[in-house]
Amino acid sequence: MGGPMKIRASIKDGVTEVKVLMQHEMETGLRKDDAGKLVPAWIITEVKALHKGRTILEGQFGTAVSKNPYLVFHFKGAAKGEKVTVIWVDNRGDTRSDEAEIS
Amino acid sequence: MNNLKMAALAFAILSLSVMAEEKSAEGKAADEIAKYREMIADGNPAEFDEMRGAEIWKTSAGPKQANLELCNLGKGPGVVKGVYAELPRYFPDTKRVQDLESRLLTCMSSLQGFTEKEIADKAIGNVNRKPAIEALVAYVVGQSKGMPMAVSTRHPKEKEAYEIGRRIFFYRAGPYDFSCATCHGQSNRRIRMQDLPNFTLKKETQLAYTTWPAYRVSQGLFRSFQWRINDCFRQQRFPEPQYASEATVDLTMFLAVNSNGANYDGPGLKR
Amino acid sequence: MNMKWIFALTFVLAIPLQAAEPSLDAKARAIIKRDFQDKGIAKADRVIQDELQVLCTRFRDNPPKKDLERIEKEQTRAIKWPADGQYMGDWKAGEKLAQSGAGMTWSDKAGDPAGGNCYNCHQLSAKEIAYGTIGPSLLHYGKLRGNSVENQRYVYGRIYNAKAAHMCANMPRFGHLGILTEAQIKDLVALLLDPESLVNKD
Repeated sequence: MGGPMKIRASIKDGVTEVKVLMQHEMETGLRKDDAGKLVPAWIITEVKALHKGRTILEGQFGTAVSKNPYLVFHFKGAAKGEKVTVIWVDNRGDTRSDEAEIS
Repeated sequence: MNNLKMAALAFAILSLSVMAEEKSAEGKAADEIAKYREMIADGNPAEFDEMRGAEIWKTSAGPKQANLELCNLGKGPGVVKGVYAELPRYFPDTKRVQDLESRLLTCMSSLQGFTEKEIADKAIGNVNRKPAIEALVAYVVGQSKGMPMAVSTRHPKEKEAYEIGRRIFFYRAGPYDFSCATCHGQSNRRIRMQDLPNFTLKKETQLAYTTWPAYRVSQGLFRSFQWRINDCFRQQRFPEPQYASEATVDLTMFLAVNSNGANYDGPGLKR
Repeated sequence: MNMKWIFALTFVLAIPLQAAEPSLDAKARAIIKRDFQDKGIAKADRVIQDELQVLCTRFRDNPPKKDLERIEKEQTRAIKWPADGQYMGDWKAGEKLAQSGAGMTWSDKAGDPAGGNCYNCHQLSAKEIAYGTIGPSLLHYGKLRGNSVENQRYVYGRIYNAKAAHMCANMPRFGHLGILTEAQIKDLVALLLDPESLVNKD
């Protein structure tokens, strides 16, 4: 299992801003190591965000996304104290889920 | 409004727009970088290293299977809050001035039973190997965020470390005849597109010093101040400074004292 | 023992006492000498200064006139001019060299060719916008000054040893300290002076 994400969520004028910092190598599969051998691709492929069981964001990541990806998004319809959950899945089948309370 | 006033106003507007037009490509690039920094300001991956360091700090390790909760970084055993804003400093037990990395070596050796050499030899990490000491640095410096730099020169050894650090800063040698001051002795200069802080001015020193250690985006790694100095000397075409040696501590002392008064703002986020 | 002997003895004792308390300059030198180590091609003895480096360090790049004149004369005399009397090489090779920041670091491999590091500090061609500003802009250098043989010789000398003209200049002594070969310096002279060069034609 990957390392924990840092998630911050805050609401202002009915709009919730969610900032997510994910911990992941995001190896493109194009880089060579010191011995000149290709380092196999290792990337997050899917990201999903949930609020009260409802999917509020769903996306696919590729090799163009940087190491330790940082994602910011906004959505409506939440209230202070409720929770947002973020889940990622990578191409090795590893997954990670973390949640944060909306402040 | 009379005509004269109108004309003056028109001129003012015109010159303003000309000034805006003339903003150089470099200026625009710098603005874009500033915008990018602001955008990811609360997405600094150094936080992961801080989290890892906090775990390592309280986890038993080494031949003595001890953690670092009794480590004295200058404000008493176990105190981490605010210590980095006062380092380097003189430590009576080792009778020398030490920076954070040097002091961590002392603790890892005295409390955990590692030899200083085995830690120092592998203290600078890379993509495949992330040494514990770097995570510890991230954790400790993060606990001084927002606190004013207050490095002492009251002890004669502290004063001497500062004076020797200043001499190392201006020491010209090697195949390129470079000193630190060759690149960091003037304002508004750069190598290629990289801006160079002028460490003979307090303000520029404060801005640079208080944002290190830092996460380097281009390397995808957290880097300590010992790394920063090491890589400067590499580019200066010098031989390698030994990790946490007196030369590196004294040079750090020179920069740290000149940063006094500014709020510490690390771990930073660099290109 | 009479007073004279006591005086003499005190004097003799005083010398080693003074030596035991070295100046901060001497202390700094000793620390530098002790704390730097070999890594790759960068050997520890690189921190040992030559006389020029000693004086530029001591006087913060502003040495007394008599030292300045003497050292500049010595550095000028040591310039090894091309045996064939030709100063200009291939400007295209010079541009490649100017772009490269490689050379002399511990991460450079032994035998790898060094770069000129020119763009690190100078503006040279209008095409390259990623240039440094530690040194002056050299854009249109030849267009503004012409490429007479005297100018070619002058530029060759400046690249070979910048310190021959300005003892404590920031610029390295590329020929004098064996960083670049004669042929490489000629290519750089051409980059600056050849009318067809990127520096002069844009």
